[in-house]
Amino acid sequence: MKKAKSTATVSSLATLKKVLRYLSHYRILFALSLLLCAASVALSLYLPVLTGEAIDLIVAPGKVNFEALTPLLWRGVIIIGITALCQWLMAICNNRITFGVVRRLRQDAFESIQRLPLSFLDKHPVGGLVSRVISDADQFTDGLLMGFSQLFTGVLTIAGTLGFMLSLNLWLTLWVVLITPLSLFVASFIAKNTHHMFIKQTETRGEQTALIDEMLGSHKTVVAFSHEDEALSAFDEINGRLETVSRKATFFSSLTNPSTRFVNNLVYAGVALIGALMSLAMGNVTLSVGQLSCFLTYANQYTKPFNEISGVITELQLSMTCAARLFELVEAEPEPEEPTDAVTLPADAVTGEVTLSDVHFSYSPDKELIRNLNLKLDKGQRVAIVGPTGCGKTTVINLLMRFYDVDGGSISVSGTDIRKLTRHSLRGAYGMVLQDTWLSAGTVKENIAFGRPEATEDEIIAAAKAAHADSFIRRLPDGYDTVLGENGGTLSQGQKQLLCIARLFLSLPPMLILDEATSSIDTRTELKIQNAFATLMKGRTSFIVAHRLSTIKEADVILVMKDGRIIEQGDHKTLLKSGGFYAEMYRSQFEDCV
Amino acid sequence: MKVFFRFFKLYPKESILSPLFKLLEACFDLLVPLVVAAIIDKGIGGDDRGFIIRMTLVLVLLAVVGLSCALCAQYFAAKAAVGTASKLRRELFAHMQSFTYAQTDTIGTSTMITRITSDVNQLQSGINMTLRLFLRSPIIVLGAMVMAFTIHTKSALIFAAAIPLLSLVVFGVMLGGIPLFKKVQARLDRVTGVTRENLAGVRVIRAFCQEEEEIAAFAKVNREQTSLQNKAGILSSLMNPLTYVIVNLAVILLIKQGGYQVYDGEITQGELVALVNYMGQILVELVKLASTIFLVTKAVACGNRIGAVLDMPAGTEIFPSDKSADTGAAVTFENVTLTYHKGSHPSLSGIDFSVAPGQTVGIIGGTGSGKTSLVNLIPRFYDATEGRVTVNGRDVCSYDPAELRAHIGVVPQKAELFRGTIRTNLCWGKANATDEELWRALELAQAADFVRKKEGGLDAPVDQKGRNFSGGQKQRLTIARALVGEPEILILDDSASALDFVTDAHLRTALKSLPHTPTTFIISQRTSSIRHADLIAVLEDGHVVGLGKHEELLNTCDTYREIHMSQFKGGEEA
Repeated sequence: MKKAKSTATVSSLATLKKVLRYLSHYRILFALSLLLCAASVALSLYLPVLTGEAIDLIVAPGKVNFEALTPLLWRGVIIIGITALCQWLMAICNNRITFGVVRRLRQDAFESIQRLPLSFLDKHPVGGLVSRVISDADQFTDGLLMGFSQLFTGVLTIAGTLGFMLSLNLWLTLWVVLITPLSLFVASFIAKNTHHMFIKQTETRGEQTALIDEMLGSHKTVVAFSHEDEALSAFDEINGRLETVSRKATFFSSLTNPSTRFVNNLVYAGVALIGALMSLAMGNVTLSVGQLSCFLTYANQYTKPFNEISGVITELQLSMTCAARLFELVEAEPEPEEPTDAVTLPADAVTGEVTLSDVHFSYSPDKELIRNLNLKLDKGQRVAIVGPTGCGKTTVINLLMRFYDVDGGSISVSGTDIRKLTRHSLRGAYGMVLQDTWLSAGTVKENIAFGRPEATEDEIIAAAKAAHADSFIRRLPDGYDTVLGENGGTLSQGQKQLLCIARLFLSLPPMLILDEATSSIDTRTELKIQNAFATLMKGRTSFIVAHRLSTIKEADVILVMKDGRIIEQGDHKTLLKSGGFYAEMYRSQFEDCV
Repeated sequence: MKVFFRFFKLYPKESILSPLFKLLEACFDLLVPLVVAAIIDKGIGGDDRGFIIRMTLVLVLLAVVGLSCALCAQYFAAKAAVGTASKLRRELFAHMQSFTYAQTDTIGTSTMITRITSDVNQLQSGINMTLRLFLRSPIIVLGAMVMAFTIHTKSALIFAAAIPLLSLVVFGVMLGGIPLFKKVQARLDRVTGVTRENLAGVRVIRAFCQEEEEIAAFAKVNREQTSLQNKAGILSSLMNPLTYVIVNLAVILLIKQGGYQVYDGEITQGELVALVNYMGQILVELVKLASTIFLVTKAVACGNRIGAVLDMPAGTEIFPSDKSADTGAAVTFENVTLTYHKGSHPSLSGIDFSVAPGQTVGIIGGTGSGKTSLVNLIPRFYDATEGRVTVNGRDVCSYDPAELRAHIGVVPQKAELFRGTIRTNLCWGKANATDEELWRALELAQAADFVRKKEGGLDAPVDQKGRNFSGGQKQRLTIARALVGEPEILILDDSASALDFVTDAHLRTALKSLPHTPTTFIISQRTSSIRHADLIAVLEDGHVVGLGKHEELLNTCDTYREIHMSQFKGGEEA
């Protein structure tokens, strides 16, 4: 337990160091902020002294020193003005620093995402990564801002108050300093004892959210099976527990403020008593009424930052864990650096020969996926990859595009090992349409020109026409300038696919990787897409994850995959004759027509 | 606001007692400066040691009483807030469960989940804070002014001037900040959008070598967001300095006036100190008030959103049956039209056909042609806009929905399983099914093999949404779930889409061999899945454009032939 705690401290120290590195971009602002903070704290502490002095000038009827009072008050006005200005400027500095740090951190995280290997991204769900870049960064901002504005001020106020109090009266200061830790003790006692209640509350809440997520997320199924009552009673059970635990957590945690306020009140009462007795006992030697009033103000101010600081520290701890999660993303190992002698594949000289020799690959070391895969393709040949759902067809695509590197053997394009090529030139040589269509939020035009932002309007329209997408695009509200929402917005699956194909017609790469659409598209739209594919494939080396028989039959090589392995390889006739898995698959689909 | 009152009624005692105790605590706090003033004037001024000690004891007593009041207030606040939230959550959950499909469509699942989770949580802390803090601050501020009036009317006028000015600053800064913060939030949503989009499209982006462009695009929105944040920050950070200025200038003014008043003997030195102290209390409370106002406005917004959901009528109305002649048909569609949104294009129109018990009906057509809409009318997931649908000769609207749905087994397009075990999932179809019945259903659904291989068999755990099963396995389990209840009517909504051809074929053969021959509706994209159906309905744009058997349709229905050819051209040549 103790050890775990110490490693946590070490790692949070490491995080702090990294945060400081980001802060160092704002050295000047940071120094300025500290300076302003010190000035505003000192001035705002000096003000009660002034007020106290002023009150001492106003003693009793007929005993008021007006000549001294007026300049004193004017000094007060000036100090108030300067203090307020310092506070404001400091807040602005702090904002700039924190927002700037977070912007940099977000930017670095985003850039890191662009360079991370897919093996990392595939392992982390999108939602989790997004929440790191967005919510964790936000939480970090809050903590950092609070740390700046309250921790500094708090510490300086404590130090300053202590100094001023000492300059006024030693005994009163001792009383305040001795009693104040009591309030800290009470606060931490409460925090410690409510911690487990909050954990319990979070757990129960999570349990309930999971149930809600499930039952409302699948509301239609729940209704279809008339399962509402069962769901409600499960909900009630959790809800009851949540109510009890949350009530406890809320109540006990809300004890902090009244309790510390109580301690403060005791401090206050003590100051009043000691101060009054002292000014009585020693006449006007030690303590005047004005000084007592000033001291009472300090007693209030001195205890307050202590209560705030404990809150700030929890907040800072939380923000450090958030920062650590962000740093994990920023510092994750990027795709291996390209060798310095990496060759750029000349775009116009790619002949389209692809060779896979002795390829071995697996996602995790204990489960081998691809073994001894050999394949030699000449320019313009077609490979169909077939097999049941989830058999690992996309793995082959991952290897060809070098989203993943082979574990053994090699893949070469136009005779060069792809590991010796620059990633951009390799990927640029392939055109890829995935079944999971992806469009960016932007206009139709921007989406078609995604790979070649400099394309002219005529080229874009020509590409759309070639992809049979022109007619539906023209029917959209703003034609080519229609703005699509996130991931294509309201377009149908088929329309999205056509746009993705249009994207390829603009760049016309020498090799193709196509994942055929299946169930989400009706067969007549699919026919259109097939026609577009057919035009595109002419003279291009193509890898097709195939679902349609016509594609499969026309392929030069068919790779039959099952459970992540290539179990059969050959052309349609050979495979049919051999009577294996392919033959069974073929017959079950087309039993009635043969 | 209505929501607040609706649920405050549940905790009337707590909702009154909590602020009451806060009020008491505030009153005791307000007495403190008076006591101090007395110590200065009578104790120090009158050289009365005993008085000073007595008054200090009064201060301690005030602190103790204040603490007890505060504890009571916190307790009642917690009870009322948590209790309200808990009841609200339950009512929301029950209410949302009774929503019709049409309502679920309009509201959206993610909205429903947000309402019942984060909105209710925010409301809970809003109620808690309102009871605890929001009422305390105005009481102290106004109370301080009242106390000032009891000390000296003329000096109290300074309070009367300062307080409206302070409120103006606090509310002005807050109200001025709201649109700015909304903009910041909107921009943050963009940043989120770009991030999510990039992660989802990482393969495409890399395939097109667009990494640098995407980084630049992100940098732009990111920078825009930061500059908006800074702008909003300039305004909102004005609040503290401005209130500081106002309160302290008021103090200076108090002292200046106080000078003359003490000189004239209108007030004492101690009373002047008390006035200064009251002003100091106002500043402390205002800062607290500002931060709670923010929380409360957020909670009110959440409350309104929750209220809007609760105010939606829910539940399916049951219409009395007009006994129609029993035609012996299992399901009939009588001139049915379905329009999802008033004024929009109908999704189904003029649907008119009947299905005899035990028949298999194939439904085919393009995306958006209305296939799912059609079958959704049978279990009354949606109500027909015109015409009517009958099951066993009775209008579906005359059934109790639960009773109607007990006759029908549905396998939805999206295979959804629930956390629990395979058994608990299958028992959705029939609450007390025996092992034998479960295995029979699994065999039929081609799922028995993999279930048997699972550790625990029927009791093998199922994760949320069935994440620990593959798409095909999930689909087969949902088919089994529908079959467990031995429904009279079985609806398979494109249920074979995640299955490979072999399994699909086996499934169809098994369904044909069922002993109790349910009336079966099969929606499919593939003509091969429905070609043996007794009746095939070809849908296009919400109309039935072909009705008959496979061979007839090949000759008479262009759409059907086109669909068939697009799938079988290759096959027939072989």
